[in-house]
Amino acid sequence: MTAPRDKFGRPIVVVTGMGIVTSLGGGKTDNWKRLSAGESGIKTVTRFPLDSLKTTMAGAVDFVTVDPFSSTSLSQRLAEIATEEALEQSGIGSKGDFPGPLFLAVAPIETEWPQRLEVAREVPTKDFGIIDYLATCSGGKFAHFHRRFTFGSVALNLAETFGTKGSPISLSTACASGATAIQLGVEAIRRGETDATLCVATDGSVNPEALVRFSLLSALSTQNDPPQGASKPFSKNRDGFVMAEGAGALVLESFDAAMARGARILGVVAGCGELTDSFHRTRSAPDGKPAIGCVRKTLADAGMEPEQIDHINAHGTSTPENDKMEYLATAAVFGEHTKNIPVSSNKSMVGHTISAAGAVEAIFSLLTLEHQRIPPTINYEVPDPAIPFDVVGNKARDAKVTAVMSNSFGFGGQNASLILTREPA
Amino acid sequence: MAEKEVWITGVGLLSSLGEGLDAHWEALGAKRVNADEKRLAPYVIHPIAPVSFDAQIPKKGDQRQMETWQRIGTYAAGLALDSAGVKGNQEILSRMDMIIAAGGGERDLNVDLAIMNADAQGKLPPAALNEKLMNELRPTLFLAQLSNLLAGNIAIVHGVCGTSRTFMGEEASSIDAARIAVARIGAGQSDIALVGAAHNGDRGDLLMLYSFGDFALKDQYASVWARRNNPGFAIGSAGVFLVMESREHAEARGAKPYAKLTKVVADLAKRKQPGAVTKSLQAMWPQLGVSNDNAMLITGATGAEPATAEEREFLGQHPGLAVRATGTTFGHTMEAQFPLGLALAALSISRGALYPANDPTGLEVEKTEAPTQIVVLGVGHWQGEGMALVEAVK
Repeated sequence: MTAPRDKFGRPIVVVTGMGIVTSLGGGKTDNWKRLSAGESGIKTVTRFPLDSLKTTMAGAVDFVTVDPFSSTSLSQRLAEIATEEALEQSGIGSKGDFPGPLFLAVAPIETEWPQRLEVAREVPTKDFGIIDYLATCSGGKFAHFHRRFTFGSVALNLAETFGTKGSPISLSTACASGATAIQLGVEAIRRGETDATLCVATDGSVNPEALVRFSLLSALSTQNDPPQGASKPFSKNRDGFVMAEGAGALVLESFDAAMARGARILGVVAGCGELTDSFHRTRSAPDGKPAIGCVRKTLADAGMEPEQIDHINAHGTSTPENDKMEYLATAAVFGEHTKNIPVSSNKSMVGHTISAAGAVEAIFSLLTLEHQRIPPTINYEVPDPAIPFDVVGNKARDAKVTAVMSNSFGFGGQNASLILTREPA
Repeated sequence: MAEKEVWITGVGLLSSLGEGLDAHWEALGAKRVNADEKRLAPYVIHPIAPVSFDAQIPKKGDQRQMETWQRIGTYAAGLALDSAGVKGNQEILSRMDMIIAAGGGERDLNVDLAIMNADAQGKLPPAALNEKLMNELRPTLFLAQLSNLLAGNIAIVHGVCGTSRTFMGEEASSIDAARIAVARIGAGQSDIALVGAAHNGDRGDLLMLYSFGDFALKDQYASVWARRNNPGFAIGSAGVFLVMESREHAEARGAKPYAKLTKVVADLAKRKQPGAVTKSLQAMWPQLGVSNDNAMLITGATGAEPATAEEREFLGQHPGLAVRATGTTFGHTMEAQFPLGLALAALSISRGALYPANDPTGLEVEKTEAPTQIVVLGVGHWQGEGMALVEAVK
């Protein structure tokens, strides 16, 4: 590790701290142990009644509680837990004083049902309309709901707690959000604006309306029994994704800055790429062209050849369309080399952590590099013949892994990919 | 490495005043304001001007998949692409970067109110919420609500397909959108970008959040500077998009600039301390490189307190500035307010004049000389501060 710059003359961006929470548990140790053992975090939802719902399971993080409950407060708490772990590992800055900006991937925020109904019960008029309702909203009694449900609230609170510098950025690029947060951090370090960035992605969205909304789009698996069998990426009988919660936090630093303070380098973000799909609001272009372009841009950004990728941490949502498109796009870029690349989807075990997924999976990719062991894709009992990936099915596989591509392909045509390596190229 | 110069080569505007640059220039000159005190009385709003969306969103199917805020934004994005001369240019659009500042979309207020009334009357057992939502929400409504689906719609309708990033967080989100776009272009990470936001103020559901904090202007419309006794913002409606590109990229394709976007800075003042906003603005000001203290300044001041009073304190320290508050004319368009300031600054520079003051309190003064530098200021109603310097191209 001597090269201070990458082959394009840019500062090399390294990871010096990681923190994670998923339905499998809190922290890297527990997550890695259970992930590599092929355990599932998907369970029947107990947080709210399930009447009338077609999908009744999720990867909810029930061991973290917030009171009063809101998905926004849970998202914030998960982000705090992951960030604390990442900062402790990194040893950067001091408590409440992180020497760089915050990039936060978070689900869009709005006032949630428990709070809406709390106000409704106070409206004096019978059969009220919106104006009567608004009158009850005002007057200061519910001022805390403004602080909780502004779109910038989670980032504001994290920025205050961790003392990040400048204006914190909250972002949403749907299922690619976590990858976008990392990408923004990488770009800021490459521009030389900062030596360090805190990239956090969080999602605590398992609530009735979110489940209903995804369900109405026919995006979710309805194979509720057993819940841990529902998410089956690359299987012929897959039928949708499983909503899940979690958070991932990464401390990114320039290689120079990390070396100068003697930090332990956990891995390198060698490349990032992004390309928008304009085909449809929820569906990917069937020919996979935008995803192909995204993967190619990422390889080009890293200055790497397809043959140098030896593992793909797939988006692998377990929806019929995504997994097929992901194979086609991969095969188009990697050609003959495709069959040599072991592919796995963490979503088979932790579910789809949506806004957090890109960061959660980047962390799992870095842990894969550290342990030289690829976590399995569980529930891989009926391989889809249309997807002839070398799927790491059901059992973890020891392998020499030097460069992982982590893909995020989401709603609204949002495609982003990352290449993570053990050492600077 | 020297930073590249960033030009504004396209401006798209749709608001309560109308659509397009000529209509806005004329309305600003005539000091026209389209405020409505009745539609959502007692709340004052600025509804979007009548518009036929077909001109920029030709497929009815696309229009049906959007709610109003997305139509406003997609429409204004099309105007900006037209204005930059890149509409339909596949080669450029396929690598154009997009940074959008967005809140959330319209909810189905009828469904929400029915559920809330049922609950208030004790007729909503815990399990019934799911049933009502499953049966009564339109399946595609989610797509009209998701923040990143404004960008998604712009990609689908106009083919802007390089990268797509949606920032959230009220006013600050668009300050950061402009800041990141300028930084990326300046550093050579991007050649051309579409930056903007959209907001529909004609929404009772949206007023809920701002009513919690008593931020919304009630009863009577007044100029932003004349709201001391009745503070608040009148929710406005606008779609504002800018095409930003490196000077060399613009020159290579023969594009003419409206103005140069020299600098964007942003801050997160610790507002629990009184005076923090004033201090933040004082700290940002020297970073802009304003050469003349008699410059011009377009602010997105909301009229909500205490932020506006703290901003006024800062402005009082620069008495030579010719100030214009967009909130007076357009209301508060939240995420769109900072891009609106940038658009009006670029427009003023390109027309060689600052539009007239519209302020009975006298804080805004007339200025006849042609603008060479205009500062754009944004102070969020609750959090987030920022400034930009827009200059004439030399």
